[in-house]
Amino acid sequence: MRVVVASGKGGTGKTLVAANLAAVVACLCDVVLVDCDVEEPNLHLFFPSEKKLLPVLADVPVFDTVRCDHCGECARTCQYGAIVVLSQKNLFFPEMCHGCGGCEIVCPQGAITMGKREVGRIEFSRPRAGLTLVSGVLNEREVAAPRVIREALRYAAGHPLVICDAPPGTACPLVETLEGADFCILVTEPTPFGLHDLSLAAGVAGVLGVPAGVVINRSIGEDEIIWRFCRSENIPVLWTIPFEKRIAELANEGKVLTDEIPEMKELFLRLFAEVRHRGEAGL
Amino acid sequence: MIICITSKGPKSTDPVEERFGRSPYFLFHDTEKGDFDPVTNKFADAAGGVGPRAAQVLIDRGAKVLITGNVGGNALSVIQAAGIEVFRYRDGGSVEDAFQKYQKGLLGKMA
Repeated sequence: MRVVVASGKGGTGKTLVAANLAAVVACLCDVVLVDCDVEEPNLHLFFPSEKKLLPVLADVPVFDTVRCDHCGECARTCQYGAIVVLSQKNLFFPEMCHGCGGCEIVCPQGAITMGKREVGRIEFSRPRAGLTLVSGVLNEREVAAPRVIREALRYAAGHPLVICDAPPGTACPLVETLEGADFCILVTEPTPFGLHDLSLAAGVAGVLGVPAGVVINRSIGEDEIIWRFCRSENIPVLWTIPFEKRIAELANEGKVLTDEIPEMKELFLRLFAEVRHRGEAGL
Repeated sequence: MIICITSKGPKSTDPVEERFGRSPYFLFHDTEKGDFDPVTNKFADAAGGVGPRAAQVLIDRGAKVLITGNVGGNALSVIQAAGIEVFRYRDGGSVEDAFQKYQKGLLGKMA
């Protein structure tokens, strides 16, 4: 089973939920925790440990300067502005290239072949018994977040239990993370911003056919705007995390709540039981 | 010689657009013909990579001078490689005003 923790809005507590869920589940069975927020991965802050690194490579065009007659077909085809053709030479901006290979296909001279270039890395660690952490890290200035996410998920593929910390937003990186998952936990906060982005993220899960449930974080007991949305969309509210200074302090110190607060361990185990039930039943 | 001025509209009386890649129009002025030929920038609303693609438009039309407010890093490296001179205009006036100030040598050159 693969569970994705998403939110739409940033800063609602995705990583907090993913880290604690993985920590309690690791006491029961083996779990792989994947940090798919490759532009700003931060799960490792909760699980400091020695890492092994593997590079993530992306396709890039290599120009044969002898064959190239500067016709400009490649530049006209490139949707990302990565190639500019001058009368005597070509300019290529590797960090703008998405590696689609369109330039290679259209080149009438056969002057383009695809080479490789490092755009990020995958970090592996085994921070505690039962828990494997796989973090995708996109290099600065790079745009190919889905490429790195795909690679991180590939290393976790086939494992019986995978928990993914999704990137914020609802664009390609979230789609890459969420597609094919068994269940999506949507972490939100009871604010108009939280609701707005929750509705967008729930929409993505709906389009991808991934069943979803909501966790309301930082609740001060006035969560009616979230409940109203969940009722109208028929999305279950799985759990409500109270707004408590102690939780914020522990998270800021990079501590795992379920290690420090015994009651939290019980609550996260209950969340996992609910998620597993719904994920397996496709609810 | 062909001079390109970034513009908010298709006429030379329209205000200069200070952004290069996202300029709605490029007005190409041929100093031999004396007219302003407007070209719609189809990359103005594109998600990314607008600078180099807009620069390619200037190259394809043989511009030797660009007058605009500012040019981003990627576009600037294209423009410099193509040997196009860039002059900064940030007075908030029309394309004609920018052109006249260029002719009088009042505009600073971008390095």
